[in-house]
Amino acid sequence: MEEVVSLNKKKALPIIMVLVVMLSLALSGCTSSDNNASGSQGGSNGQTVIKFMHLWPEGSSNAQYTIVNEIIQDYEKQHPDIKIQTEILGNDQYREKLKVLASSNELPDVGMTWSDGFLKPYVEGQLFTPLDDVIDANLKDTFIPGVKESYAIDGKTYGMPLELNISYIFYNKELFKKYNLQVPKTYSEFKNIVKTLNDNKVIPAAVGNKEGWPGSFWFMYLVDRIGGPTILTDVIQGKRSFDDPAIVQAATEVQNLVDMNTFEKGNSGLSNDEAKGYFMNEQAAMFLTATWELPNYTTSPDVPQAFKDKIGYFKFPLYEGGKGTDINSYVGGPGVGLFVAENSEVKEQAKDFAAFLVKEWGNKSVTDAGVIPATKVDTAGKKLDPMYVEILKDLSSASNVTTYFDTQASPNVAELHHDLIAALFGKQITPQQFVQQTAAALAEESN
Amino acid sequence: MKAVMSNKSAIALYVLPALLLILIIIYIPLVLTGYYGMMDWKGFAPMKFIGLDNYNKLIHDSMFWKSTYHSVLLGICSTLSLLIYLAVSMVLASRIKGANLFRKIYLIPMLLSSVAIAQLWSKIYDPSNGMINHLLTSMGVQNPPLWLSDPNIVLFAIFVPIVWQYAGFYIIIYYAALKNVPEEVIEAATIDGATPWQVASRIKLPLIAPVFKVTIILALVGSLKYFDLIFVMTGGGPNHASEVMASYMYGEAFSKYNFGYGSAIGFALLLICLLMTWLIRKLTTSGEDVQY
Repeated sequence: MEEVVSLNKKKALPIIMVLVVMLSLALSGCTSSDNNASGSQGGSNGQTVIKFMHLWPEGSSNAQYTIVNEIIQDYEKQHPDIKIQTEILGNDQYREKLKVLASSNELPDVGMTWSDGFLKPYVEGQLFTPLDDVIDANLKDTFIPGVKESYAIDGKTYGMPLELNISYIFYNKELFKKYNLQVPKTYSEFKNIVKTLNDNKVIPAAVGNKEGWPGSFWFMYLVDRIGGPTILTDVIQGKRSFDDPAIVQAATEVQNLVDMNTFEKGNSGLSNDEAKGYFMNEQAAMFLTATWELPNYTTSPDVPQAFKDKIGYFKFPLYEGGKGTDINSYVGGPGVGLFVAENSEVKEQAKDFAAFLVKEWGNKSVTDAGVIPATKVDTAGKKLDPMYVEILKDLSSASNVTTYFDTQASPNVAELHHDLIAALFGKQITPQQFVQQTAAALAEESN
Repeated sequence: MKAVMSNKSAIALYVLPALLLILIIIYIPLVLTGYYGMMDWKGFAPMKFIGLDNYNKLIHDSMFWKSTYHSVLLGICSTLSLLIYLAVSMVLASRIKGANLFRKIYLIPMLLSSVAIAQLWSKIYDPSNGMINHLLTSMGVQNPPLWLSDPNIVLFAIFVPIVWQYAGFYIIIYYAALKNVPEEVIEAATIDGATPWQVASRIKLPLIAPVFKVTIILALVGSLKYFDLIFVMTGGGPNHASEVMASYMYGEAFSKYNFGYGSAIGFALLLICLLMTWLIRKLTTSGEDVQY
């Protein structure tokens, strides 16, 4: 009997411990859900809670994460009665979660959105609230012209832009020097560079087409240089057809580049990050991407300075005989912007916080993160990376920024475009098929 | 106990909680999916009832049939790979040295999540830096296959990690079934002069036939709704070359905001899975199961 009791005691300890752990887990679960439940109506000290969801996690977007945190702290200091409750997700998870929250009508009070085609279904579903009043009151004339308009539908603005991106070909200066290459001004010079790099067994350019959009950068620039800067926007607005000879020619040029072995093999199965690896490992000499990559070449502490020093950039070369004769015409577009939920219970406070964030973001993102904000910045007296200053200068002398075709198009057409770009790079379809299938989808849409 | 089991209201009381849970969690959403399939719906914003238009569109949607074909192809391959698993577990179940170690080795992929497996194999398949192509080029192959971006290969390239992933699961099932075959029966047969091959095909196989039937259904239906690994590795690409029904459904519902149409695909997927299960049961219930 004695033995049995002692055995039970021995067994009892782990069981009790498990019970304690489970109980404490259950309790902590309860308390946190309590917090959520009190949510918008008011926090524990009678504070108003604004729920804010953003997509810059501490790990992968450290610079942005820190800035946002600082801004939130500043705001809470200035408004003691307000508590900002954040939820942070990575880019892809953010997109998924936003859709799920939208379908159950539980959007956060303030969140991030993309422009044009992404925004439209949400506005039509009356999930976002117009922000013109708060923009007029706080942010008049602070945005770079044209950026805010990308968030407008029927004359009302539903998002406050945070970022602006334009695309360049970034290149490895050391590799260029090694093979005696000059930055190309024209397309034939560019082709010669591709040829030389190929002869020396260096991958000329990295591109990842699993999701399609990185390859679309090459296509869009070729359309811009061959058919002129307005052609893709005209197509979206129904003024021109997608089967325009200039677009066919651009698609043909894409396949010519593929035939010349411009890109790493198997790119239609690689994600943008995987392809980026080829450039960051110096296996590929060039990488056509947007300025959101700038921190990797300027401020990011995770990238060795030796690599940063090797990276330069140039503008997409001009196509001989093309209609796009200005090298200062860019493909780019607004990145994320802030929305305020239409059915938010603290709409006015949420709007005010969003405006504050956009304004502060404009000042801090330049010096601390090295990304380009959608608001005008005064760079005087700030210590900035030379490449960054150069790009800001480019931006002010830009003759045109064509918003990414897939951003402008509806989600349906954008998805099709991504599929078809992958197929075009993989030579699964001809340029004619590429153009016809997109034109058909656009025509169906306009009915 | 007997008194409780003969009391009808007591039975109802015991069955009710589980029944309610299953109704709420499984059957009601199933019916709702079929219902949403009749809507023109973005996932948010008001729905519009459009009757059977989505289902009608589905029947004429070549991309849907292409993804169905890929799913069925995957199902057939998975079913065939059961034979490999069976052979392996036969060897493991007969007392060979190190069987325990091998069993564990086969089981390990089961412990990894599909996403981790997908990441792992994406690296292995990387066209220039991946392990396989490194090996091939070092062996003198000039143009090694571009596993995940060649539309003719991609489905089979994806199939390899799937075989690898599920090996442990099926081997454990077969191993357990084989261990249940009474030792005496096999001994008696061996004494009567049966060769190992005869023991396997005439005694062991018939005795584990019911288990084999169950695994066929599991493999086939599992492949039809297969999603995670493919979604992470290729996203159904390039240009839908590895699109399966579930990834097509996801793409329509979440990437293109056609929730109504996505629901219709989901409902069709359910019907196809039911049909397949029924078909296999019809085909495999020939005669009585062998008993010992």
